[in-house]
Amino acid sequence: MGTIQPKVADSAGDELALVHAAKAGDMGAFEELVRRYDRNVFRIAQHITQNREDAEDVVQDAFLKAYQNLGNFQEQSKFYTWLVRIAVNEALMRLRRRRPERMVSLDEDIKTEEDSMPREVADWSPNPEQLYTQGELREILGKTIQGLPPSFRTVFVLRDVEGLSTEETADALDLSIPAVKSRLLRARLQLRERLNKYFKNRTGGDGKQ
Amino acid sequence: MTCSDFLKELTDYLDDSMDAQTRAELEDHLQWCHNCYVVCNTTKMTIEIYRDSHLYELPDDLRKRLRSAIMGKCQNHSACSPETDKGKSPGSTKTT
Repeated sequence: MGTIQPKVADSAGDELALVHAAKAGDMGAFEELVRRYDRNVFRIAQHITQNREDAEDVVQDAFLKAYQNLGNFQEQSKFYTWLVRIAVNEALMRLRRRRPERMVSLDEDIKTEEDSMPREVADWSPNPEQLYTQGELREILGKTIQGLPPSFRTVFVLRDVEGLSTEETADALDLSIPAVKSRLLRARLQLRERLNKYFKNRTGGDGKQ
Repeated sequence: MTCSDFLKELTDYLDDSMDAQTRAELEDHLQWCHNCYVVCNTTKMTIEIYRDSHLYELPDDLRKRLRSAIMGKCQNHSACSPETDKGKSPGSTKTT
């Protein structure tokens, strides 16, 4: 069975040149950094906040904060990882404001081992992409990821949607590598379990273990 | 190897970040355990579907509007305090 490969291209040298120019006051260079990463920041923000207006605000605030603090960026990590850290913090802050009754933290941890254990094992055939239109599929995926705890969907979006490495994700979220791996495994398994109700084999039995 | 052992290694297996021996043991388990094979396959599909879904894409018109707002705010910041904020830490931003 094949493995999952990251999709992002590495352009660290080029990125660093833009960062240096932006630090020296070149607004065009900073605008190029915005152009390069605004889609990613928006996607991350909307995954975390699950709210379009909040995501728009996060994009603006994250880039402004990055601009204001470029002088503090010491280039020990990629600019993008540093930017992601700012964006995640902004997004979590907005989520806390919107849901003050619930603690929103990246430190949420495993309550029981059962929450991710597969309860239903059913094959997905035909391929989900053949069962639904693009629009229907996006609605299902959106509803499904919304049900995940914020700490899980944050790790999932950084690792599996944006293609950051485990180390970069740990760095951006200030988590240990085992904590990232544990959350990622549980996020992946919970999403799979939740998607079962839409995607499980329609023609075979009920697929129960 | 039990199914529970297999699940613990699933993330590293899918990310191809394990040694050859562990990988061979997991693949041996997959040969005879249909349930783990299905869980592994559908988890991989979950990741690929999300990655390829274009969920939460930024529309072009909104993108232009946001970029213009961001650059406007940055210009204002530069005009007000060209160098003064350098070295000041934003609450939660690590300086790496």
